[in-house]
Amino acid sequence: MSITTQAKTVTLAHFTAPGDELPLLRMSTAGSVDDGKSTLIGRLLFDTKTVLEDHLDDVSKSKVNRASRGLDLSLLTDGLRAEREQGITIDVAYRYFSTARRKFIVADTPGHEQYTRNMATGASTSDLAVILIDARKGFLAQSRRHAFISWLLGVRTLVFAINKMDLVGFSRQIFEQIREQSNTLLSLLDDVHVHFIPVSALDGDNVVIKSERMPWYDGPPLLDILETARPSIDVAALPLRFPVQTVIRPDPDFRGFAGQLASGHLRLGDEVTALPGGQKSRVARIVTFDGDLEEAFAPMSVTLVLEDERDIARGDMLVATSKVACQAQTVEATVVWMSEEPLFAGRSCLIQQGPRVVSARVSRILHRWDVERLETRVASSLSLNEIGVLEIEAAEPLLFDPYRENRATGGFIVVHRISNLTLGAGLIERESENISECGPLSPEERLCLRGHSGAWVDLSKVQECADALERALLNVHLHVVRTEQPELRRLGLIVLTFGLHEGTPDVVVDGNDLRGAIEAIRAKTTLDTLHAFGEGEGI
Amino acid sequence: MAQSYVLSHLRALEAESIHILRETAAQFCNPVLLYSIGKDSSVLVHLARKAFYPGKLPFPLLHIDTTYEYPEMIEFRDRFTKEIGAELRVYTNQEAINAGANPYDLGTAKCCHLLRTRALVEGLKEGNYDAAIGGGRRDEEKSRAKERVFSFRDKAGRWEPRNQRPELWNFYNGAVNLGESIRVFPLSNWTENDVWRYIELENIPVVPLYFAKPREVIVRGQTLIPLQSNVKIFDGEQTETVNCRMRTLGCTPCSGAIRSEARTSGSIIEELVSFRRSERENRVIDHDQEGSMELKKREGYF
Ligand SMILES: Nc1nc2c(ncn2[C@@H]2O[C@H](COP(=O)(O)OP(=O)(O)OP(=O)(O)O)[C@@H](O)[C@H]2O)c(=O)[nH]1
Ligand SMILES: [Mg+2]
Repeated sequence: MSITTQAKTVTLAHFTAPGDELPLLRMSTAGSVDDGKSTLIGRLLFDTKTVLEDHLDDVSKSKVNRASRGLDLSLLTDGLRAEREQGITIDVAYRYFSTARRKFIVADTPGHEQYTRNMATGASTSDLAVILIDARKGFLAQSRRHAFISWLLGVRTLVFAINKMDLVGFSRQIFEQIREQSNTLLSLLDDVHVHFIPVSALDGDNVVIKSERMPWYDGPPLLDILETARPSIDVAALPLRFPVQTVIRPDPDFRGFAGQLASGHLRLGDEVTALPGGQKSRVARIVTFDGDLEEAFAPMSVTLVLEDERDIARGDMLVATSKVACQAQTVEATVVWMSEEPLFAGRSCLIQQGPRVVSARVSRILHRWDVERLETRVASSLSLNEIGVLEIEAAEPLLFDPYRENRATGGFIVVHRISNLTLGAGLIERESENISECGPLSPEERLCLRGHSGAWVDLSKVQECADALERALLNVHLHVVRTEQPELRRLGLIVLTFGLHEGTPDVVVDGNDLRGAIEAIRAKTTLDTLHAFGEGEGI
Repeated sequence: MAQSYVLSHLRALEAESIHILRETAAQFCNPVLLYSIGKDSSVLVHLARKAFYPGKLPFPLLHIDTTYEYPEMIEFRDRFTKEIGAELRVYTNQEAINAGANPYDLGTAKCCHLLRTRALVEGLKEGNYDAAIGGGRRDEEKSRAKERVFSFRDKAGRWEPRNQRPELWNFYNGAVNLGESIRVFPLSNWTENDVWRYIELENIPVVPLYFAKPREVIVRGQTLIPLQSNVKIFDGEQTETVNCRMRTLGCTPCSGAIRSEARTSGSIIEELVSFRRSERENRVIDHDQEGSMELKKREGYF
């Protein structure tokens, strides 16, 4: 009997936390430039005794010190040379610390408007955001923008830390004023837990230890709030969502779908539905290296064997039959645009939701958020760091839950077809009711949706490399077919032919240089696309 | 039935790393796991076995052999990789060695550049790898704290820290054009403490140099250099026998041992709690200048 059919078993207790262990808290910082985010994180690390002596030596020996007294603790997270030289945070730093009560992952994000996308990156996985406000400056547009983005991305605990209280004489009045200023914003954000704390990151007041210099503040210090905060949502309690990452087939007897539960839980015998398509089956085995399980829950990584042979591949999703996920080709989504090159309607792109990558087009820009006034505006484009609501038409169904209901399945990233850059982050709101005026597909639109032009590849001389070539092209999401109809290239297909035909092939493969052949095909199909649509931006 | 659906900390880290490894295998044509023989590599390989079970590892292991490594490391490498049935590939910058590259004449910074950084870039190029999986952790060093899980490298293997792809949720964009590549760091969110606790929990084999025993060493400044055939003793240096262990592994002249009595992973974990200094401190190369790790990484170092 092979290893794949003979199963040892293991209990769920092998994976679960002992009763009183609080789950890890992921937190991020937010706020305007120079409000003291990095200094605050440095202070938290320092006062919880997380900082190692040699790292502290580095800080005290550094040529840079922007603190008005003592050590410049922001240097503990501002680790890039450019950051130290310019005295600002550019990219997210991830730091780890723990107290007797729980463990933390901190994302220290930049306050500078230019780097808003890095702030969004940090917020996308966090449960709690500490939004810093410089007591001297009050609630700025950037504070509002960051609080809003954090909330959009699903952060449900917002801690407003009114910082630099040492520079305003620890004034209660100023603290209360800033608290008032935030009311308009907070009235727009539902379902949030909000805290306000007066702090001095530089001196450590109300960070780990309660300050004696602000006796009027009767709340807990920051660390207490962090230690007791609840994670945003209990993903295991949501409906089952299992995006398939890869199919494991070591021998003909075993076919398992490997993935990480994005949400929910499942037991042996549970009925699941495979999306897209909707085929149903039951869970026959839950396989892990440590042994077979009877049940599993999010976010465990497991391999599932189903009772029936089903045609399921990477990018498909197994969901609870009792509550299936949405499946739609046209959706409305809020998108944070992260590219220097502005977004216009009509743009073609790839949409990546975890392991699922589909070709898509931004069909309309419905509106843009004015984050200073927190109102929506009509817009024809989105520039770097702007947030808008778009209608997106995908070439294949998107599988999702509205982002507000499920953070693990409602998000996507927008990827450039040619440069492969990540251009934006999207949060799906709903299936779009507005089926757009489709009409006949024009050749341009077809090429645009495919993301490349067609080509005729003549394999009559070396037929043996066809499999490798086809696989390599599919891997980079090119539309490739084997058929003896070279004229199909006009529809944007890459046609592999074996026989002899009239006309001139775009690429003739005549040796074993597979890489060369792929390069030639990509050059042929990419350049033509660029030519046809004037998308001449950076390859 | 009341049931707590909360993963323990180590199992949550494990699940995340497995997810990352599966993404890597699925997104790339020709990935490779950079196997440095150290404890992080041992953990990485263990996680990869879990990720693809009951299948085999879908990628080979690549060791960049500087030829200055401890003999125990090479022994361990050959035994361990054979036991788990992994495909091991070894690459050495033979050209530089033939030209006489060594830490004593060139200094550690230059030697490391040739035998590690260059060798790595060349080794990856030679194998045409489009993804290289490494055991780097964000808690190791300040520039690493800034690095993505899928970290883009241009055609020359360089890292551009100011212009990284935004990485949201656990969606990893591994798309590259020909000649470009991605470095993948599945252990990004692990700390040194997590690594040791996981080694203990899972009983993962590691090189015996990590455990304390009496060893003959040269005391060089703050650093203890265990005596090896390829270690040069400078004038006036004495050897002594000291109870010590390695906290990180590397080349003999560059990575020193620390005084320790910890003979098991359990006692290492206890010892870690009392440590006030970082593990890379005993590495000579990281301290050549301020921000030196970032500079190395920009050139292609792991
Ligand atoms: N007096 C006083 N100065 C502070 C306090 N907190 C931070 N600072 C100073 O404010 C300046 C900016 O601090 P950072 O921590 O770098 O600010 P940041 O919010 O991380 O800045 P970016 O990341 O670039 O947006 C530094 O000079 C700090 O020393 C405080 O509580 N009191
Ligand atoms: Mg900062």
